[in-house]
Amino acid sequence: MNTERQLLNGDEAVALAALHAGVLLGTGYPGTPSTEILEAFDQLGGRAQWSPNEKVALEVGIGVAFAGGRALVTMKHVGLNVAADPLFTATYTDVDGGLVVVSADDPGMASSQNEQDNRHYARAAAAPMLEPCDSQEAYDYTLLAFEISERWKIPVILRLTTRVCHSKTLVVARADAARPAEPGFRRDVPARVMIPAYAKPAHLRLRAKLAEIAAWNEAEGPNRRVPGSPELGIVSSGIAAMHAMEAAPEASHMVVGMTYPLPIEAIRRFAAGVASLLVVEEGDPVMLEALRAAGIAAEGKPEMYRFGELTVPRVRRILAGDTTPEPVPPRGKPPELCPGCSHRDVFEVLRDMDCIVAGDIGCYTLGVLPPFSAMDTCVCMGASIGVGLGLRHTLPAEQARRVVSVIGDSTFVHSGITGLAEMVYNPPETGHVVLILDNSTTAMTGQQENPSTGRTLNHEPTGKVDFVALGRAMGIQNVVSLEIVGEGEQLPALLNDLLAKPETALVVLRQPCVLAAPKIRFYDKAALEKMNQACAAMPAE
Amino acid sequence: MAKVTNIVFGGLGGQGVLTASDILADAVARAGFDVKKSELHGMSQRGGSVSSDVRYGPTVLSPMVPVGEADYLVVLEATQVEPNQPVLRPDGILIPPDVIPPDGLKNKKSFNVAMLGALSAFLDIPEATWLDAIHARLAAKLHRLNDEAFALGRKSARARFNLS
Repeated sequence: MNTERQLLNGDEAVALAALHAGVLLGTGYPGTPSTEILEAFDQLGGRAQWSPNEKVALEVGIGVAFAGGRALVTMKHVGLNVAADPLFTATYTDVDGGLVVVSADDPGMASSQNEQDNRHYARAAAAPMLEPCDSQEAYDYTLLAFEISERWKIPVILRLTTRVCHSKTLVVARADAARPAEPGFRRDVPARVMIPAYAKPAHLRLRAKLAEIAAWNEAEGPNRRVPGSPELGIVSSGIAAMHAMEAAPEASHMVVGMTYPLPIEAIRRFAAGVASLLVVEEGDPVMLEALRAAGIAAEGKPEMYRFGELTVPRVRRILAGDTTPEPVPPRGKPPELCPGCSHRDVFEVLRDMDCIVAGDIGCYTLGVLPPFSAMDTCVCMGASIGVGLGLRHTLPAEQARRVVSVIGDSTFVHSGITGLAEMVYNPPETGHVVLILDNSTTAMTGQQENPSTGRTLNHEPTGKVDFVALGRAMGIQNVVSLEIVGEGEQLPALLNDLLAKPETALVVLRQPCVLAAPKIRFYDKAALEKMNQACAAMPAE
Repeated sequence: MAKVTNIVFGGLGGQGVLTASDILADAVARAGFDVKKSELHGMSQRGGSVSSDVRYGPTVLSPMVPVGEADYLVVLEATQVEPNQPVLRPDGILIPPDVIPPDGLKNKKSFNVAMLGALSAFLDIPEATWLDAIHARLAAKLHRLNDEAFALGRKSARARFNLS
């Protein structure tokens, strides 16, 4: 093992720790800023897979853990909403192998539709949560998360944020990382079958586990105190701790590494040694409210600092109680659809036809900006179809007939298929039209594979979901596939025809992403050569 | 706290801003410093503005350079000087893209490494350490081209800023 110091970003550090922890399978769905974890794990020689969505990724991870293997499940913050259903009951179960769920939050929304604070999930799902503040801690806490998960047979959430994921800092790997036990099936029905008769005692067990973990966190958890002036004590976690220590070098600091369950008594002792206590946390006042509920007098930040990322200058303002308007940073050049991107052609048509466009999450969300200005809604993964149907059900007929749902290939697999079932089951009177913009990759997050590309995470050939066959099998009345290059000029007439009909329609518009196309050609060629070699090696009959 | 050196790179997606900041971070780590490097991936890469912060010194806490505290601002695209300017401290040094003479490079793709050469004229990091970091990051067939680009940037900055 390389125990020299290495410069890694937080995602790479988690991947390295997963390798050293003997993780048998990493699963997840791409999402900035979490995507690089599984890619790095694969490159380091680990086994990693993209799942159709975060819910399935976590369910596979639970299965790995039930089989006694260690599983790492990665997603961005909004992905945990999708995976919340399995998470909230997985905490009731006993996992044999360690199960660590990475939630990569995006305060400030560098590349997200909201800035939800997933620390709420730890308390809501009763899952222990660790929060590293740099890559070394991302490495150390990943190893620790597996130890905690196996010791108490409970899933553990590792919460990263954008600046931890995407900052490179020095990491020294541990030579003594523990290796897990061999997998094998152990029947334990009351701990794994959550019918009410078993779930009721399981909930009691879960609360008892949390009480033990809280006691452990009080006594020997990953929480450190940096001595300083007795005038001011600052409690912080994650990247906010780094900003706080830089902005207030003279203060006493307590950096909380395990933020759920909180080491309340250790914080109470820290508070007793300082004249005033300030909580510096990014996002919602989660720690502040917990401290106050425990009767610890603490101050938080003014409401204006709930929004966006914290920085050293912002923490200085919090320390000074400064609530004057902040300087607005100059705007750089905004992102736009790439030159030659096939989404451009589609949005020009939608704009020129004055469609009401229910949009979705991906590069194509940029269709909302000029010169297209051709998107009217964007909420969450897959919402284009349901929202489009709701618009169709409600708008006057002449407006309803202009509604189109637009969704990308990966987003469709993630959360669009159930939307199609809804369209078949509850069709609007005016019908509906769903466009899948199939660019053969998960482009926005950096060209990852998905179940419709026919390639695995590491670009090997595998099974492929066929959108046209799927649409027909589901009972959609009109299913059409068009190659944008060559057949794209048929799109306006086709759309006019479909919008005029009171029928359901699925249109698959195909054109590989201009950035991904050279790589796709390379993967296809490699797969073909491999197949030819396999054929040549077969014995002649 | 001991002095931390703050450097910000600015440019547009596809110019090699992140590669340049990776090489700098590796070079200062090789020189024995603590270092942190921060940037945003994702939406910002679709041809939009890209910037990257590198901080090094005995101990570095926050990975982001506070506004108004950059010692050096290295800008790879003329239009990106203005949006990045506020990060520079009042007596900080701006290294603009025209420090590299037009037509001086054999291959425009090595422009980011030429800008690193320009930056290197200001920093107390051995030249061999810079070259080790460049070679570690780029394919072997690109080493000579980039060594030349680095040397050009270093020489040009020394002339432009009257450095010895």
